[in-house]
Amino acid sequence: MVLKKSNPQILIFTTNIISDPGVCSAGLMHLSYPAQTTIIKVPCSSMIRPEWIALALESGFDGVFVAADGTDCPYLTDCTNRTAKRVREAQELLSNKGIEPERVKMAAICSVCGEAFTRLVNDFYSRLMELGPIKVRTHEE
Amino acid sequence: MEEGNRVRVGVYVCHCGGNISDVVNVKRVVEEARKEGDVVVARDFMFMCSEAGQKLIEDDIRSGKVNAVIVASCSPRLHEATFRAAITRAGGNPYMYYHVDIREECSWVHENDKEEATNKAIRQVRAAIAYLRRAEPLNRIRVDCERSVLVIGGGIAGLRAALDLAESGLTVYLVERAPFLGGNAAKIGRVKVFPYEKTAIDVVRGLIEVLRKVGSVAIYTNAEVEGVSGYVGNFDVTIRVNPRYFRDRPNEQEIEELKRICSRKTRDEFSFGISERTALVLPPFNGAYPEIPAIDMALCDKCGLCTKACDKVDFSQEPQVVHLRVGAIVVATGFKPYKPEKGEYGYGLPGVITLQELVGLINKYGDVVINGKRPRSIAFIYCVGSRRRREEGKKANEYCSRYCCVAALDVATTIKELMRDVKIYHVVRDVRSYGINEILFEEASRQGQVFIKYDVDEGEPQVLYDNGKPIVKVKDVLTDHTELELPVDLVVLVTGMEPSDGTVRIAEKLKTSRGIDGFLQEVHPKLRPVETMLSGIFIAGTAQAPRGISETLASASAAAAKAMSLVLKGYTELEPFVAFVDQDKCRGSGLCVSECPYGAIEIRGEVGGKRAWVNEALCKGCGACVAVCPSGAMQLRGLRNTQVEDMIRAAGGAHA
Repeated sequence: MVLKKSNPQILIFTTNIISDPGVCSAGLMHLSYPAQTTIIKVPCSSMIRPEWIALALESGFDGVFVAADGTDCPYLTDCTNRTAKRVREAQELLSNKGIEPERVKMAAICSVCGEAFTRLVNDFYSRLMELGPIKVRTHEE
Repeated sequence: MEEGNRVRVGVYVCHCGGNISDVVNVKRVVEEARKEGDVVVARDFMFMCSEAGQKLIEDDIRSGKVNAVIVASCSPRLHEATFRAAITRAGGNPYMYYHVDIREECSWVHENDKEEATNKAIRQVRAAIAYLRRAEPLNRIRVDCERSVLVIGGGIAGLRAALDLAESGLTVYLVERAPFLGGNAAKIGRVKVFPYEKTAIDVVRGLIEVLRKVGSVAIYTNAEVEGVSGYVGNFDVTIRVNPRYFRDRPNEQEIEELKRICSRKTRDEFSFGISERTALVLPPFNGAYPEIPAIDMALCDKCGLCTKACDKVDFSQEPQVVHLRVGAIVVATGFKPYKPEKGEYGYGLPGVITLQELVGLINKYGDVVINGKRPRSIAFIYCVGSRRRREEGKKANEYCSRYCCVAALDVATTIKELMRDVKIYHVVRDVRSYGINEILFEEASRQGQVFIKYDVDEGEPQVLYDNGKPIVKVKDVLTDHTELELPVDLVVLVTGMEPSDGTVRIAEKLKTSRGIDGFLQEVHPKLRPVETMLSGIFIAGTAQAPRGISETLASASAAAAKAMSLVLKGYTELEPFVAFVDQDKCRGSGLCVSECPYGAIEIRGEVGGKRAWVNEALCKGCGACVAVCPSGAMQLRGLRNTQVEDMIRAAGGAHA
C-alpha cells in the first residue's frame, strides 16, 4: 500500500510508560484526531535517533510527532532536554536535505494528557496540510 | 534466525464486542495481514482476551504453526501481559510478541472515519509484522538476592517497615541520622492525633519496644548512609556511625550536673525550637532508643568540663564505618516542616508562631502560655507554604500538604479542651478533613470554633499590628465577602511539609528521582506506588509525599511487603529489555557512558580495542545510550535499531 498523498501522514513516537498511556487516554475519552497517524512506541523519548525521524519523512510520512516523556519521565530527570536535542539534530538533518524542519514536532504528553495530545496533533495536522507534500524525497515510491 | 526457526507470524485481530469492529473493518485487516510475507495465520475473534480467544493462539503455537504472535486489540496496559502469558503456557517465547492497540488508539478516536481507521489498523499491524521479522526469543534476566534489607530513616515509617521486615525473618539494618529513633512523629508528643486511641508518641514507643525485642534488627543511630553501589538483590552499603562520646548511661545526678555545666546552647529540635538544649543531647522521651545520651559535636567546644563531671563521657571514641550487603532498600527519610520566611504572615513578630511551635509549647508546658498569659483568642492561618502559585524566579510549593488541615483541627480541639473560653478562628482556603477526619471537623464546629474562608483571587489574609498585638485581616467568602479584622492574642501559621534534608541527600546518593515537588518519586502512583525506578529500592512515608500518620504507616507496610516479596525468594527476574553492544560496530566512543543515568555502561579493553560494556542488572532499558551512539552499536534488546527502522518503513509504505 502506498499512502494516499492527498492527506498528510504523521508518525507518532510514544513512550511505553508515559506518553503512550496519554495517547491511550484520548481514546478512553473518545476524543478525535486524524486517522492518518501511525504510532511507534519506545521506552523513553530520549532513545529516538535523529536519523529515524529523517527516515520516516523519507518513507512516506509527512510529519513526525514526538510525544515526549517530559518531566514525568521515569528514567531521566532531564529527559526534555535530551529529547529536544535529538529533535534539533533531526531538524538539522532535514534542513540539509531540503525538508522543512517544522515537519518534526515535539511535545511532552503526560499519562493522562489525552486532551492536550488531541489538540496538538490536530494543530500539527493542519499545519502539515498547509505545508503540502514533501517536495524533496530521496526514496521516491 | 536460522532457516529452520524462521519467524512464523500469527496475527490475531480482536473485535472487542463491537468496540473495535464497529469502526475498524476487522476482516480487511486480517486479509491485508495474510498478504504479508512470514504471516502464516491471521484470524479475527469476538474477544481475544477471553479463554477461547487465548486458546486460538495457544493451539497455533502448540501445533507448531506459529512462533511469533501479534494481537491487535485494546491497550497494551490491559492485555499485553495476558497474551505473553498465553504464549508462555503454550511453550512459546513470550517476547516473540507485539501488541497493537486498535481500540484506544484507533477505533475510539477515529469513529468518524471508518475507512482511514481501518487503514491505520493495517499500517500498525504491518509495522508489527516488520518488528517480529527481526525479533529474537529473549529470556528474563535472573539475579540472586541477599536476604537482608536496609531501612533508611528511623521515624515512624522506618520503624514500621523495619518491624514488618524483621517479623518475616529477614535481617534488617535500620539507620537513623539523628541520635535517637522516632523522627517527626515523636515530636508531636502528647498532642492527640486523630483518631484518638493513641498519641503519635505512643505508636512510636510501641514500635521501638517491639523492634528491640526482635532479634534480627541491627539499629544504627547517629549514623548516615555514606554510599550505595550495586544493584537489585546485591547492594553494597557503607554507613558511618558517629560516636555518641558516652561509654555508658549516666545516672540522674550526672545528667543534671552535665546539663548545668555545659555552656553551649542551641534551640532544641525536639521541641521545634521552643526550648533550649546544650551540646548534651538527651533521650527526648520516655522509651526513647538508645537510652544513652550523645554529644552534639557541631555545637560542643570541647571545653572538657563534662569529662570531669562524669566518667562516662569518652572523647576518644572514633566514627565507625560499617559495610553492609543487602538485597533491598526501603527509604523512609521523612519530611521537614515548612519554615515561613521572616515576615510571611507576620512570622518572626511576637504572637505569630507556626503550628509546630505551638505543639512544642503544649508539650513543654502542658499549656499554651504566650508572654506569661494564656491567649483568649487564636487565629489559625491555613495553607502556609502549600498550594502556592508559581511566580517567576521564586520557589513555590504548589502541592497540598494533606496533613495540615487535620493537624490544625487536632491542635485546636486539644486547646479548646484545655481552655474552654478561648476563641478560635480558622482562616482557611478550604478544609480538607477527608475521610474519617471529617468527624474532627464536626467536633471543632460543635465546639464553636469559627471558620472563615478566603478566596485566594481576592487576596490572601494579612497579619497587621496594633499596639504590639496581631490583627488578621481577611475577606470572608462565607459572609458575602465581608472584610473582617480579627484582633487576636496568637496567630498560628499552619505550615505544610517539605522534603527533609535527608530525603534530598539520599536521593542524590541513590540516584533515585524526585518529582517536581522535591519528594521521592514512585514509578507510577497507581500501578507501582511504592517502587522507584531503581529495582530493589522502595519508598515509604513522607519521603514520598506529604501524608498523615495512618497513611504513612500503610505505605511503610506496603514498601516492606514489596521488599519482602523481592528478597525472601532469594532471586529475582528482570525484564530482558536492556541495552547491548554490537561488538563488531562499537568503536569505544564512550558517549553512551556519560549518557547513562544509571552508571550501567563502562568502557572496557585497551586502547584500540575499547568497547562499551553493559551491566544488565543496572540497565533500566531507557535507550538514551542508543540515540547517541555514533556507530549504531549500542542497541536495545527487544527493540533493536533495525526493528525500529523496519517498522517505520513498513508503516510508511516505502518497503526497504
